[in-house]
Amino acid sequence: MSDALKSKIQDVFNEPGCGTNAEKSERQRKKGCAKPLTPGAAAGGCAFDGAKIALQPIVDVAHLVHAPLACEGNGWDNRGAASSGSELYRTGFTTDLSELDIVMGYGEKKLFRAIKEVIEAHNPPAVFVYSTCVPSLIGDDINAVCKAATQKFGTPCVPVNAPGYVGSKNLGNKLAGEALLDGVIGSIEPEECTPYDVNIIGDYNLSGELWQVKPLFDKLGIRVLGSITGDARYRQVAMAHRAKVTMLVCSKALINLARKLDERYGIPYFEGSFYGISDTSQALRTMCAMLVEQGAEADLLDRCEQVIAEEETRVWKQLDAYRPRVAGKRVLLYTGGHKSWSVVSALQELGMEVIGTSVRKATDDDKGRVVKIMGDDKHMFENMAPKDMYRMLKDAGADVLMSGGRSQFVALKAKMPWVDVNQEKHEAYAGYMGMVDMVRAIDRAVNNPMWSELREPAPWETPLTETRVLPAITGSCPVTGVPAGVGRPVSLVPPMPPASSAPAPVTAFVSSATDFEDC
Amino acid sequence: MAKLVHPKRALSTNPLKSSAPLGAALAYLGIERSVPLFHGSQGCTAFAMVHLVRHFKEAVPLQTTAMNEVSTILGGADQIEEAIENLRKKSNPAFIGIASTALTETRGEDVPGELKEIVSRRTDFADTQIVYASTPDFDGGLQDGWAKAVEAIIDAMVPPSTERDPELRQVTLLCGSHLTPAEIEELVRMVRAFGLEPLVLPDISTSLDGHVSDDWSGTSQGGTPVARIPDVARSAFTLAIGEQMRKAAKLIEDRAMVPYRVFQSVTGLKPVDAFVRTLMGLSGMQDPPPSIKRDRSRLIDAALDAHFHTGGLKVAIGADPDLLFSLSNALTSMGAEIVTAVTTTQHSPVIERVAADEVILGDLGDFERSAKENGAQILLTHSHGRHAEHRLHVPLVRVGFPVFDRIGAQDACRVGYRGSRAFLYEIANTVQSIHHRARPEEFGAAPIAEEFEHVPHVASC
Repeated sequence: MSDALKSKIQDVFNEPGCGTNAEKSERQRKKGCAKPLTPGAAAGGCAFDGAKIALQPIVDVAHLVHAPLACEGNGWDNRGAASSGSELYRTGFTTDLSELDIVMGYGEKKLFRAIKEVIEAHNPPAVFVYSTCVPSLIGDDINAVCKAATQKFGTPCVPVNAPGYVGSKNLGNKLAGEALLDGVIGSIEPEECTPYDVNIIGDYNLSGELWQVKPLFDKLGIRVLGSITGDARYRQVAMAHRAKVTMLVCSKALINLARKLDERYGIPYFEGSFYGISDTSQALRTMCAMLVEQGAEADLLDRCEQVIAEEETRVWKQLDAYRPRVAGKRVLLYTGGHKSWSVVSALQELGMEVIGTSVRKATDDDKGRVVKIMGDDKHMFENMAPKDMYRMLKDAGADVLMSGGRSQFVALKAKMPWVDVNQEKHEAYAGYMGMVDMVRAIDRAVNNPMWSELREPAPWETPLTETRVLPAITGSCPVTGVPAGVGRPVSLVPPMPPASSAPAPVTAFVSSATDFEDC
Repeated sequence: MAKLVHPKRALSTNPLKSSAPLGAALAYLGIERSVPLFHGSQGCTAFAMVHLVRHFKEAVPLQTTAMNEVSTILGGADQIEEAIENLRKKSNPAFIGIASTALTETRGEDVPGELKEIVSRRTDFADTQIVYASTPDFDGGLQDGWAKAVEAIIDAMVPPSTERDPELRQVTLLCGSHLTPAEIEELVRMVRAFGLEPLVLPDISTSLDGHVSDDWSGTSQGGTPVARIPDVARSAFTLAIGEQMRKAAKLIEDRAMVPYRVFQSVTGLKPVDAFVRTLMGLSGMQDPPPSIKRDRSRLIDAALDAHFHTGGLKVAIGADPDLLFSLSNALTSMGAEIVTAVTTTQHSPVIERVAADEVILGDLGDFERSAKENGAQILLTHSHGRHAEHRLHVPLVRVGFPVFDRIGAQDACRVGYRGSRAFLYEIANTVQSIHHRARPEEFGAAPIAEEFEHVPHVASC
């Protein structure tokens, strides 16, 4: 690991914006916040994965992965971050390092050529170059290559230094934020600034979730200047330093980016969520209040309250239609972070019973809110082994599991409805309208008539009422001709028939009495 | 429970229905060394033959009594006699199945009477079995013609018996017109798996399965052997697939006291379970063979994977009643919603069991209009549905007859645990093949400001 990367990681770990970190002693803090990974019992992506996930939704950039094939080849185009413009981010670019490249040290040259080719072919506003384990190990200097390429080609080449072995996905997210701070943010000035410019950090616009919220901003006249990173353009990221307020959506992943935007450019930030109705309203309120503090007109607050009132009335009216279909259903939530409580209240208000929620990746604050909403902490759990979850679902301890793709098959194999609420999902559940979509998805899942059919016993699980004895099989097998009761004889391959002699020459044509069409 | 609706209109646009004689011809082709013979004008046969050839991609023996103006007025008995004589000379068929058409039915010929007279007079016809079914084009559709032909075959060839001496391992499999050759094959496989020997009637799985035989023949190249047909009287049981086969099964029962059960559908988990349960009872086998049990658990897994795509799916389906019922039933049991159901003939009690508000007795014009009005997301009908597919931009799954713009229609299998599994995959994959790319406008969001878009400059390298 290079010294630069080492100090960068050290810096990222020392996160004053993070509550957990602030409470630690000086020595603990030095150790870093990454939990040591347990060999044989680790799940989840590496630092490179985290960096790529965080940055890939910048849609018009060429994301070039400097690695042997696996890093990009096994992982490209697998997320549903939606774009309203360029599709370049979905194109998988990699240097596909070969044995020879590694042994002979051709990596840097190959990377430089790859950058040249990608610029020639696609002319992107920038190239993001991701380092991975192998090039870091053999000492490829992607910073130097990027610098040289930027000078030579005039297109910004941004090094993203997050090789997999340095740590977890979360760390990779943070390193990606650092890469943006170092190489992108502040490099372009917007044509004009307004007091209503905001940054949104950490919403990936999965299946269009950002767009479910954007109409609310449009109504309030709020402009999303810097979007890091849902449906983002390179120029937006580069102008992010001119926004007035930053909203941090997925709280922990990119907190370093939000804090440093505050420190360097004086942009205050807040953490919020667009999952659930009250959360969406709360996020809007906070955003408007902070904008007013930053110099926006005070009437923004009134307009905000008006929009919230209108939207909440409308969404509850829409949700009421589903109430009789979902009321009384027991939900097991297995997600983590703020989602462990943010959708709970809405589900409860619709008459659903949340029997448990996982608090993985959740902060103490998150856990506190779970207790507040659910009455006690009995419904809270960290992790649940697939085996236990299978047992619980199989015993019908719940009516539906809401989780990410990893536990999908635990639910399905237990013949239990499942609703995807993590990043791989194909539907957007953000904001007010997203809640309606989510409840519709729950309705569609739990009320599918298929479940009752599937759970019924197989025909052979009920005993036959009358017994019948058939005579022994007689005759011979209709397919092979082998007589019943006789073992199949070993058959020799029959000899090939002699090649037929030349076809008889046509000597004369016989005319048919009928027309061929008639036959 | 669906209500059958007759649209109030005189004009039929883009027919969904194929005619009854064609159905009869198809059934006759399931008899070995047979030639179907249409008692009508040349065109009746030519159109039907082209239809069959386009679907099966096979040479189809189909002949005509070639009624002309004079014979239409004076009576066509001579034409029939001459046709039989010529067919015997040319192709030596073991079986000739005659189907009447609108022309001869309108004239009102007493074909059965005349045929009786011909057969008793012409003793040289003795080695050819001749069967006649009355199938006017103006009554019913393909499945009605098929059913009438099967009934005619049983009526003519199954002798009445007063004593029961069943072959306990033999069961009769009466196949409806909605089954493809591959589907008959699958049912046969399942029946055999229980140690039972099916006697299939009619069996297009060996005649129209699309195979190359060693020699050219002017008759069907497979099917139920003529000599075996009377044996249905000795079967332990009759399994009738499709409501359309009820009358035929009843006829066998009346003649030879063979009990029967009608399976209105053999597609989807529950219907196949019922079929398997019957086979278990017939064979006395409490523990079915491993392949059957494995196939069931694979169908369950397929259902789990497919339900994400079938749940809430709005389906438009146009088909003969039996096919309409079995496919729509399989889909609604997977959470789909039948928003449009169009069928061809009112002669079927399954229509009111279709899980839709109404079933239109209509054409592809009704199909397209209703699918559009109700926002159907997938269409299921025969190949002529492709026009609706293009106009509505909704994907089409080709089912029924005819399927002429795809090859291998005879290999489509949507019955049994295996076929149901394939059907669920087919539907789910068709849904996925329409890639939906979310757009900001769909959510009412303003598009991104132009200022942020990258304007490519001329590359300087």
